[in-house]
Amino acid sequence: MDILNALILLLNYIFIPALTYGSQLALGAIFVTLIYGILRFANFATGDMMSFGTMVTILFTWYFQSLGISLGVLPTALIAIPLGILFMIIYMLSIDKFVFKYYRVNKSPPVQLAMVSIGVMFVTQALVRIIIGPSDQRFFDGEKFIIKAREFKEMTGLNEGLALKSTQVITVLVTIVLVSLLFWFLNKTKTGKSMKAYSDNEDLALLSGIDPKKIVMITWIIAGILATIGGALYGLDKSFKPFTYFNNMLPIFAAAIVGGIGNPFGAFLGGYVIAFSEIFLTYAYKKFFIYILPESMEPESLVQLLSTDYKFAVSFSILVIVLLYRPSGIFKGKVL
Amino acid sequence: MRKNLNVIAAYSIMMVLIILVGIFQSWNIALSIFNMCLISAVMTMGANIQWGYAGLINFGIMGYTALGGLAAVLISVDPVQEAWSAGGFDILMCLWLIIALVLIIRFILKNFQKSKVRTYSIAALIISGIILIRLTAEPGIEAIEDINPAKTGFLGGFGLPIIFSWIVGAFFAGGLAFIVGKVALGLRADYLAIATLLISEIVIAIIKHEDWLTRGVKNVIGLKRPAPYEVDLQTTDWFINLVEKFNFGKLELISNLSDRQAALNQLVIEGSSVFVKLCYSGLFLTVVIILLILTQKALYSPWGRMMRAIRDNEEAANAMGKNVVKQHLLIFILGSAIVGIAGAMLVTQDGLFTPGSYRPMRYTFLIWVMVIVGGSGNNFGAILGGFAVWFLWIEAAPIALFLINFFTAGMSETHALKLHLIESVPYFRFLMMGLGLLLIMRYRPKGILPEKIEIK
Repeated sequence: MDILNALILLLNYIFIPALTYGSQLALGAIFVTLIYGILRFANFATGDMMSFGTMVTILFTWYFQSLGISLGVLPTALIAIPLGILFMIIYMLSIDKFVFKYYRVNKSPPVQLAMVSIGVMFVTQALVRIIIGPSDQRFFDGEKFIIKAREFKEMTGLNEGLALKSTQVITVLVTIVLVSLLFWFLNKTKTGKSMKAYSDNEDLALLSGIDPKKIVMITWIIAGILATIGGALYGLDKSFKPFTYFNNMLPIFAAAIVGGIGNPFGAFLGGYVIAFSEIFLTYAYKKFFIYILPESMEPESLVQLLSTDYKFAVSFSILVIVLLYRPSGIFKGKVL
Repeated sequence: MRKNLNVIAAYSIMMVLIILVGIFQSWNIALSIFNMCLISAVMTMGANIQWGYAGLINFGIMGYTALGGLAAVLISVDPVQEAWSAGGFDILMCLWLIIALVLIIRFILKNFQKSKVRTYSIAALIISGIILIRLTAEPGIEAIEDINPAKTGFLGGFGLPIIFSWIVGAFFAGGLAFIVGKVALGLRADYLAIATLLISEIVIAIIKHEDWLTRGVKNVIGLKRPAPYEVDLQTTDWFINLVEKFNFGKLELISNLSDRQAALNQLVIEGSSVFVKLCYSGLFLTVVIILLILTQKALYSPWGRMMRAIRDNEEAANAMGKNVVKQHLLIFILGSAIVGIAGAMLVTQDGLFTPGSYRPMRYTFLIWVMVIVGGSGNNFGAILGGFAVWFLWIEAAPIALFLINFFTAGMSETHALKLHLIESVPYFRFLMMGLGLLLIMRYRPKGILPEKIEIK
C-alpha cells in the first residue's frame, strides 16, 4: 500500500507535470530546430513569436466567449487556435519578407541573422505588450479537472491523491498528434523530403530542382503552427504572461541543442529530457522516502537535490555539459 | 580634422540633445541620463572589444554586470561580525573544499590518460564533492541567514571605499570569463551566443538565491558613496554660498528677505542633487576616458592588428603562428572585465544592489543594440551607441506619448483606443529599439560610425 502511495506521489508531482511541461518545450524546440536546420540561424525571437501566437488566440477566445460560443467541457481556446495559427503564419511570412529574406538572399553569416532576430524579438515583444499588456492573462474555461485529488482518494482508498488536469491531457494528446503528423510529413511526403534535402545540402537541393522559396515558406508555416500551439498550450496550462514566454526561450534552446540542433526528433526528446531533469532534481523527496522506508530511517530534511530556485539553472547546466562533451547533441544534430 | 568630422558631428548632436533635455525637462534628468550613458558606454566598450576586435559573441553581459555589482557590495558593506562568528568557519571550510576539489581534478586530468574510467571517476568526485560541500555549508548558511534577517542575514563585505570595487569587479568578471572562456570558446558562433546567455542566467540564479552572500532578492540598500550626500551638502556653508553666487541675479530680484531665503533653500536642494550627479559624472567620465585611451592604443598596436587578423581569417592567423585560442581567451577576459567595471559603477551610482533587476533584455540585448547601432570595431562608435541608445531608451516614452497624442488628436479624450495606447506607452521603447536595430542592420550594417583602420 505504501509503495502504491509512493508511486502515486511521484506520478502526481513529477511524472505528469514533467510530461506536460516537456511537451510544451518539445513543440518550441522543434520550432527552433526547424528554423535552424533550414534557414540556418538561431532564432532569438522564438519565445516572443510563441507569445504573439498565443496573444491572437487569447483575443479570439475572448471574442468567442463574448459571443457565447463554447465547447462545453473543453476550453474555448481550442477553436481559437486555428485563427491564432493563421495570424501567426501571416506575421511570420511578412517578417520573413521584410526582414530575413534580404539577409538570406545576400548569404549573410548566421551570426548576422541571429542579430536580426534580436531586432525581431524587440519588435514582437513590444507589439504583444502594446496590444495585450504585460500582465497575467487567464483564458482557460471549461472543466478544469478530469480526476480530482479528493475523488481519487475516495475511489481508491489511498492516502495520496492524483489530480489530472484537463489541460495536461489536452497538451499531451495534441502534442502526440501534431508531432506524429509532422514526422509523417517530413519523412513520407515529397515536400518534407525536399525540406530534408535542402537542410542537408543547399546547393545539391537547388541543383535537383527544389524551389527554395517554397521550402522557406513551408518552414515558416510549420513554425507558425508549432509556435502557436505550443504557446497556447503553455498558456492554457499555466497562464499567459509575455515575460514568462521570453524566459521560456532559454529552456527551449537548451532542449533543441541537447537533442541535437537541426534534428526534429532530437528536439522532441530534448524537451522531455530538460523537463524531467528540471523536475527530478528540484523535487523534495521527503514524503516519498517516508512512504517507502521503515519508520526508523525516515529522513529529517527535505531530501531535495537542489532548491526549486535553481530550476532553470538545471537545464542550462545540462546544456553546458552536453555542449562540452557532445556539441552535436545527444542525438546527432544537423541531419533533419 | 576633416577625417573625424562625422565623429565630432555625431558627438555634438548627442551633447546638444542632452542639453536640450536639461533645458526643457530638468538638469537632474539630463545628468542622470548622461551618467547612465557613460556607464552604458563602458559596457559597450567591453562588448566592442570582444565583438568588434575579435568577433566573439558574448551574450552573457548581464552576468558580468551582476558580478561587478556583487563586487561593489562585497567591498563596501561593513562585515557582519555575528554572521562571521556564526557561520564563517563553515563557509571558509567550503571554500577550501572547493579549491581542493578543483586541484584534485586538475591533478587527475594532468596525470592520467584519457579514458572512460577517468571520466567516470571525475564525475563521481564532483558529485560526492557537491554533496560534501552542501553538508558542510548547510548549518553555516542557516546560521548566517538567521542573524537579523530583516537587516543583514549575510556575511557582509570588507568595509572598504566603494571605489575599489570597480577594480575588484573587473577581476570578478574576468575570473568568470576565464572559466566560461575555457569551457565555451571552442564553440561555433551561435552556440557560443546561446551558451554565454545561459551561463549568465546561471550566474544570476546563484546571486539571487545564495542569500548568505548577496542577501538575494532582499536587496542590499544604502551602499557607501564616493560622492557627498545631498543632506550634508544642504547644510554646508561653502555649498550654500556657491549656489547663492550662481543664482545671484535671480535672487536679487526677490526683495522680500524671507521669500529670498525660501527661494535660496529651494535652489540649494535642487543644486545639491545636481552637484552629486556632477561628482558621479566626473568619476565616470574619468573611467571612460582612461578606457578609451587604452583601447585606442590597443587597437592600433601590433596586438590590435593581430586581433583583427584573427577575426577576419582565423586559419590564416593560425598559420602565421598566432595562438588563436589563447588570444580569444585573453580578449574574452579583457572585455568581460570592462563590463564588470561598468557593473560596479552602476551599483555605485544607484547605491543599491537588486539582483532581481538583472534581466537579459536590459543588460544583454540592449547593450548589443548599442554596439551594433554605434559601430562595432570602432571605440568612438561604441561609446556613441551607448549614448544614443540609452538616450532613446529613456526618452522613448515621452516621444511615444507625443506621437500618440498627435495622431489621435481627432479622437475624444475617453476613446478606448487612445486610452489603451497611452497606457502602454512604456513598451514603445522596445518597438523603437527593435526598429532601430533592424533599420541599422539593413541600411548601415557597420553602424553609425563604421570601423576605420588606417595603417600608420
